[in-house]
Amino acid sequence: MSLSTTARLRSAGALLAVSAFALAGCSGSGSSDSAASDSGDGSTKTITIFAAASLQGPLDTVAEDFTKAHPEYEVKPIVYDGSQALATQAIDGADVDVLAFASEKSLEPVTEAGITDDSKIFATNTLEIAVAPGNPKGIKTFEDLTTSGVSVVTCASEVPCGQATDKIEDATGVTLKPVSEETNVTSVVNRVAEGEADAGLVYTTDVTAAGDKLEGVDFPESDEAVNKYPVAVSTTSKDPEGAQAFEDYLLSDDGQKVLDEAGFGAP
Amino acid sequence: MRPPAWLRTFALVGLAVLVLPLAGMLTRVHWSTLGEDLVAPSTVTALWLSLLTAFCSTIACLVLGFPLALLIARASSRTAAVLRAAVMVPLVLPPMVGGLALLSLLGRSGVIGKPVFEATGFSLPYTTAGVVVAQTFVAMPFLVITLEGVLRTSGQGHERVAASLGASRWRVLTRVTLPLVTPGLVAGTVLAFARAMGEFGATALFAGNSEGVTRTMPLAIYTAYNGVGVSQDSALALSLLLLVSAVVIVAGLRSWREEAVR
Repeated sequence: MSLSTTARLRSAGALLAVSAFALAGCSGSGSSDSAASDSGDGSTKTITIFAAASLQGPLDTVAEDFTKAHPEYEVKPIVYDGSQALATQAIDGADVDVLAFASEKSLEPVTEAGITDDSKIFATNTLEIAVAPGNPKGIKTFEDLTTSGVSVVTCASEVPCGQATDKIEDATGVTLKPVSEETNVTSVVNRVAEGEADAGLVYTTDVTAAGDKLEGVDFPESDEAVNKYPVAVSTTSKDPEGAQAFEDYLLSDDGQKVLDEAGFGAP
Repeated sequence: MRPPAWLRTFALVGLAVLVLPLAGMLTRVHWSTLGEDLVAPSTVTALWLSLLTAFCSTIACLVLGFPLALLIARASSRTAAVLRAAVMVPLVLPPMVGGLALLSLLGRSGVIGKPVFEATGFSLPYTTAGVVVAQTFVAMPFLVITLEGVLRTSGQGHERVAASLGASRWRVLTRVTLPLVTPGLVAGTVLAFARAMGEFGATALFAGNSEGVTRTMPLAIYTAYNGVGVSQDSALALSLLLLVSAVVIVAGLRSWREEAVR
């Protein structure tokens, strides 16, 4: 009896150990490397930036230029995500020095939590009609999107780009009948780029980023829904001077030039 | 014989992994506004669309899946293995990949979709028919695999006897084969229907997301969840509705089976 009990216990223990290892292996990624790179030697100071996904590309360039101009600082790989998700992380106590978001509204909860106090607008983004290269359907105005035989894709009203679309519809009195309402702007870009839809409402910067795959049609009513991008220094920053230096650089002519090339509007 | 006692611990943990998250969801539901969320026009539209498309795709699964299952069950073991693998692929594939595959075949710029669109101006994406195609693609393997297993185990003995007594092939199929596999057929059909009701990935990519046309329950939940505040509450209400219907389906299947055994 005792023998079989030990054997049973042993195999149970082995199984438990295996599953514990499996669980540890599945969950334990990512935490160790940040700790290792944090301990700088004192000569360079690292800056952590949280930025809206739509800034990916130009902000990397700005960060690179910034470290060239200020070699005393080092910018850690920028964390890009939806502003809403980044706001939650910042409130939950993530280490962050600079926050650059896609809308003032998404920064509000962070300010309420006391993590930022002062923010500045560093860029704007407006909607544009994205069409296939050569504009085969000849779309020139916002109203052209209601022409029969033109399939339009927009963002759903629940997400920011969809809210901007709604505002423009209200301002123009033109109601679109989208064939699909996507939950993020990238899906809209892809549907038009892949030829599955004739036109889509996306941000100006998305059209620029898509290169030859898309052509943009500007329309005056887009001024009715301007997305303002705020930047703020975290009050919990261990290096507020460096964070402030980055914010200043972003707002400087050098930083603004990069954003302008990516299609962002001036603040 | 009873399994070792310590296995019971694992069994309980396994059960908790499956049940606790759903129980946790119940704590988040705003019961006071639940009624409003459930009778909101957008909810009713999404639910009706889900039921309609799932019903149509289940019919499609039956019409195409039964012959396919019969073909596999009666094929030589090597052919059957190849066919079964082909049927299994959509089952193990992430539905998103299925959506991409459907787009590249039937989309406006797809292999078949492009010539059809150029000739007729019709394309499947953004139509309710597109939803049915996506659901059929992901749900049919469930029916085929379930049914094929039952067909194989029930064997061909009865059929041979019926044929030797002079029954025509059609008569053998309707009077012998079908009654023999009815339990499997029902189980497979219910599984396919449930899978079609829950289909999200392939629909989102292939058919799009438009209220009343392609926004089925799972897409309505995802869209609502992507919003903030009130919108997320209705995502939970819709999830609860799907959860309850899933429980009803499973319970219904169980009672049916018990009756069949009796």
